[in-house]
Amino acid sequence: MHEHLSTQFDVELDTIRAHLTRMGGMVQEQVRNALGVLANGDREIIEAIVEQDKGVNEMEVAIDMACANLVARRQPTAIDLRLVMAIGKTVTDLERIGDEAKKIAGTTRKIVERGDGGSLSQVMEIRHMGEQAAAMLNSVLDAFVRLDYQAAVLVVRSDKEVDQHFQAIIRQLITYMMEDPRTITTALDIVFIAKSVERIGDHCKNIAEDIIYIVKGRDVRHKGLDGLEREITAA
Amino acid sequence: MNIPKLPPTPARVKAETKDFNFYYGDFHALRNVNLQLGENQVTALIGPSGCGKSTLLRSFNRMHDLYAGNRYEGELILHPDDTNLVDPRVDPIEVRMRLSMVFQKPNPFPKSIYENVIYGQRVRGVTKRSVLDDKVEEALTNAALWDEVKHRLHDMAFALSGGQQQRLCIARALATNPEVLLFDEPTSALDPIATASIEELINELKKKVTILIVTHNMQQAARVSDYTAYMYLGELVEFGVTDEIFIKPRDRRTEDYITGRFG
Repeated sequence: MHEHLSTQFDVELDTIRAHLTRMGGMVQEQVRNALGVLANGDREIIEAIVEQDKGVNEMEVAIDMACANLVARRQPTAIDLRLVMAIGKTVTDLERIGDEAKKIAGTTRKIVERGDGGSLSQVMEIRHMGEQAAAMLNSVLDAFVRLDYQAAVLVVRSDKEVDQHFQAIIRQLITYMMEDPRTITTALDIVFIAKSVERIGDHCKNIAEDIIYIVKGRDVRHKGLDGLEREITAA
Repeated sequence: MNIPKLPPTPARVKAETKDFNFYYGDFHALRNVNLQLGENQVTALIGPSGCGKSTLLRSFNRMHDLYAGNRYEGELILHPDDTNLVDPRVDPIEVRMRLSMVFQKPNPFPKSIYENVIYGQRVRGVTKRSVLDDKVEEALTNAALWDEVKHRLHDMAFALSGGQQQRLCIARALATNPEVLLFDEPTSALDPIATASIEELINELKKKVTILIVTHNMQQAARVSDYTAYMYLGELVEFGVTDEIFIKPRDRRTEDYITGRFG
């Protein structure tokens, strides 16, 4: 991409992108920590995730404001417009991923405090699912920095696998609950955790679709994988 | 180069250039331009200085005829009668009645408001007072100026503000009942309020006429036009629906220009 005639415009856009990358890094940390809590129930990490969330929220507000200022001052068009619009949506998704990480940590704490931490290890699938969602987040943030739409397409594809994991976990938990109703309280908590992980995958998919919009100028939301492929080929 | 035709809409093509070339003496200023203007649509011509957009606009009402050595090649067709506007057998005065031009700076004649509007009628030999009165009211109303000047029609045009003078020029252009209005950067000498009123007017006028507008202000092109054509070095690089051009242009040169990047 060539530079703008206005170097200040470049500086402003680069600053916003740098902030987004930083926010992405913070959210990655939150998710990693949440998965750590899931593995060992460490209380200190739970506090850290809650603390990190404040920083993420501040970044969301700051980036949104920077985007609004850029629109007001520069009236971006074409690739610049698509980038600014997509960043505005991506920060919302990132902030929500942070919220999901917080929920995972909070619910895990409840399970551990109830003395039921052992049941978490029985649902191994949830750890795999968490790793997969974290990998999606890493890939999508990397794709955003490089504006790599092909990597973004892979992220959209992998969301299907996370969804399948989620369904498998729900089936497994239903079996436990039917076998022994005393497991219901904890099993429901694990359902909430699984749902949060599944939502992280969804938010990563949204960000991936934003990347495709930036690069290809096509809105591929709600089109399904086939529709997405068609739009990209047509672009 | 593959320049797409207008998408199929109820709009018909009002005018079009076919392999159109223009030379200022030896200088080849327009190169094989193929452009269609949709009827009752606003088409914006954008591009850097010297790209040929004003040259193309001026070709539409044969302004280049005024200088020796200028040469047209190809066709510039006005529908529905398929008149080739640049055919030497076609009277340029008649062309200018059908395709009126509004310039960058308001250029009223040193006459009254009334006389400015009916100048074209006088050239046509219309003398009947009631006809002229009606034409003045109609043209000034269509140019959104009537209410502001109806009590002082015989004041000098120069007494008006810049924005009013520009609307007077639009009224003068409308008074010959043109089919196409050609705007050459019509708001570049106006303040933002006067600019907004002209843009609003363009939106109203397109119900009656087809509009071709040259503008250096890209946001203006994005606001007022239905179609946008990007020109560079005398060529039509890209033509398409305005929303598409400003969100996802197909050509890299268009993208660089509208995003303000080094080409």
